[in-house]
Amino acid sequence: MANSEPVVLDVDGLSALFEALKRRGYRVVGPTVRDKAIVYDDLDSPADLPEGWTDEQDGGHYRLLRRDDRALFGYVVGPQSWRQFLHAPRVELWHGTKSGDGVRIEADPMPSEPLAFVGVRACELQAIAVQDRVLMGGAYVDPHYRARREGAFLVAVNCGRAGGTCFCVSMETGPKATAGFDLSLTELLDGDGHRFLVETGTDTGQAVLAELPHRPAAAAEIAAAAAVVERAAASMGREMRSDDVRDLLMRNLEHRRWDDVADRCLSCGNCTMVCPTCFCTTVEETSGLTGAESARSRRWDSCFTMDFSYIHGGSVRSSTRSRYRQWMTHKLATWHDQFDMSGCVGCGRCITWCPVGIDITEEVRAIRGDGPN
Amino acid sequence: MTIFDPMLPRIARTRRRRRDGPAVWTLDIEMAEGGPPAFAPGQFNMLTAFGVGEVPISVSGDPADPSRLVHTIRAVGPASTALARLGPGEVLGLRGPFGVGWPMEQAVGRDVVVIAGGLGLAPLRPALYRLLAERERYGSIVLLYGTRSPEEILFRRELESWRRRLDIDIEVTVDHAVGDWRGHVGVVTTLIPRSAFEPSSTVALVCGPEIMMRFAIASLQDAGVADDAIYLSMERNMKCAVGLCGHCQMGPVLVCRDGPVFRYDRIRSILGAREI
Amino acid sequence: MEAHGLDRILREHRFFAGLDEESCGVVCGCAKNVRFEAGEYLFRAGEPADQFYLLRHGRVALEVAAPGRGAVTFQTVGEGEIVGVSWLIPPYRWTYDAKAVELVRAIAMDAACLRRKCEADHDLGYEMMKRFVPVLVDRLQNTRLQILDVYGPNG
Repeated sequence: MANSEPVVLDVDGLSALFEALKRRGYRVVGPTVRDKAIVYDDLDSPADLPEGWTDEQDGGHYRLLRRDDRALFGYVVGPQSWRQFLHAPRVELWHGTKSGDGVRIEADPMPSEPLAFVGVRACELQAIAVQDRVLMGGAYVDPHYRARREGAFLVAVNCGRAGGTCFCVSMETGPKATAGFDLSLTELLDGDGHRFLVETGTDTGQAVLAELPHRPAAAAEIAAAAAVVERAAASMGREMRSDDVRDLLMRNLEHRRWDDVADRCLSCGNCTMVCPTCFCTTVEETSGLTGAESARSRRWDSCFTMDFSYIHGGSVRSSTRSRYRQWMTHKLATWHDQFDMSGCVGCGRCITWCPVGIDITEEVRAIRGDGPN
Repeated sequence: MTIFDPMLPRIARTRRRRRDGPAVWTLDIEMAEGGPPAFAPGQFNMLTAFGVGEVPISVSGDPADPSRLVHTIRAVGPASTALARLGPGEVLGLRGPFGVGWPMEQAVGRDVVVIAGGLGLAPLRPALYRLLAERERYGSIVLLYGTRSPEEILFRRELESWRRRLDIDIEVTVDHAVGDWRGHVGVVTTLIPRSAFEPSSTVALVCGPEIMMRFAIASLQDAGVADDAIYLSMERNMKCAVGLCGHCQMGPVLVCRDGPVFRYDRIRSILGAREI
Repeated sequence: MEAHGLDRILREHRFFAGLDEESCGVVCGCAKNVRFEAGEYLFRAGEPADQFYLLRHGRVALEVAAPGRGAVTFQTVGEGEIVGVSWLIPPYRWTYDAKAVELVRAIAMDAACLRRKCEADHDLGYEMMKRFVPVLVDRLQNTRLQILDVYGPNG
């Protein structure tokens, strides 16, 4: 396990990192600007990063704005998360072919190209850890997730500012990346130039770093990097008391507030689509016109759909009230029972991307009775 | 490297199919390759009708008989209807068995009250086979079975043959009857106070529609059976059956992974909540 | 002799469990032993509810005749239970048929006699009510469950 002193990489060094990763066969993925948002996509070089962009986020509100500098990581998280690569929105599971009076089943191939993520935030590292636990930590392992996850190279970025809906400090998941990365970067942009303080998390990270032009970090640079993270921690857009939230919600399954939020909730499922820990899937069966071929695929599902809890006779959760309650109590309460950890990492996506701006932190406050009603 | 893929079905074939009530069919199946997987009473399999879909079905056969794997299916949706139509020799897919079954070992040395409602008798039948096969290990055995009408009584011939045994009490009741039905009419809970078992040393196994189970629990409690001696088999929308898809959540538990059989005191707090 | 035997039977019947001796004696004055062969009717809908029955042996089916469906049994009653509550409230008329499914032995209680005694002695009347109300509540509860048709196609 690598545990060396931090070093400094300049912008050319970052380009070298991209080259080194590609040389090692990684598909490099990271943030870029598309459709007026920060999205995660294939990157060729740091030139594809959202240079000079930042974002403005609030309940139901997202705007990209120009920064007055050339920062490469001066925004926080957008509508997507890394789960779209690790826990893909659609996976072909198998296909079957009729042969004689039998059926031959073949598993569809797993992806073999290793992934390298550049720009993973601390809350997102935790989200990946959560999905690791859910999809690989139990008696049964999801082989599709594992095929993508194992061998993935993670380059974390410590946040220099918090978004308007961020609350990682409350969930104790950030803003500094402390574990689960191969390399972590803290972007420094001051009178001494544009550079990155680099920490290593794994031997693979150390080996990659060794291929890059770098120099030891000065004490002032280490202090500056710490100050960057402190600034982010001090500027959280939201906060939520999380130590008592599990019992609070389970004690209040019939609280009036669920009716109140049900009046606002459109049951659109956006929160489940943007949440980096949501893992629910459903399966679909397709068959050719002759019936000789059939195939099964898996796709993301949302607990906000009526079909989600359908059993013979009807949906278990037919009201919006019960579906919102399911989603929120799952994230904050029953996830602890099921997976021994919280299902919320405090990234704020569900707040930003809710079309009516429902704010999970505000809902918790209302149920606790210490917020505006 | 080959990773075990729990989503990949094995090929099975129908050997025999018989009608067990309106729209209810029991299939004996065999694996295309290798023997049938061993199962514990109360466990379920995911059965695939190729080109249509996959559904969870409890094993309803004898756990001691490895020659055939038995499932009782009610044709309600596209997949269960397609499965129920499979004739001898036709192909289906099978994943499983999955889940936590009935507490056969915890019940040793105690009276066992089996309460079944409707199709809920199917997941309980393997437990009954086991109880009768190892009869001397258990105290009194009582089966209370309620269903809709005399025409809908499952496993009728088997129930009749068991009824002739002196070492099991079987009472069957229906919600309503026409014609020459001479048995009980009324809900299954009415049979509980009339049954001979020692509440303090009884284990109750309950399976049926959720409402019926809630009423049965209340009657068992009235009779003096402790909450930690009552076991229920829950139904939720299971898609993956291996705890990965999230569909079968019931508050803090995943029914496929932590159940389907639960000890009542462990789910008491959520069973009463609406739409959980 | 006959009265003495009835008195013992009444006292041992689950329905009258715990009733004091004096009340038992009073109630006993309205009782008689009856027997119905399989297929015989204890009473039919529409008839005056002038008796009710404490079952000692055998099973009774409570039926409602439904057009096109024949007689539908909605409940069976067995040993230790009672048949008939319509005698309690005006217009004292049966609303369903009660048929012996097998040989039935029962104690028939004269309704007019018991009503008169309950009216004269409200303590006795209250004792009777305490025994009949749970039967009614149970039946209501069970009827609710049956209405839900939990085993039906939409159950």
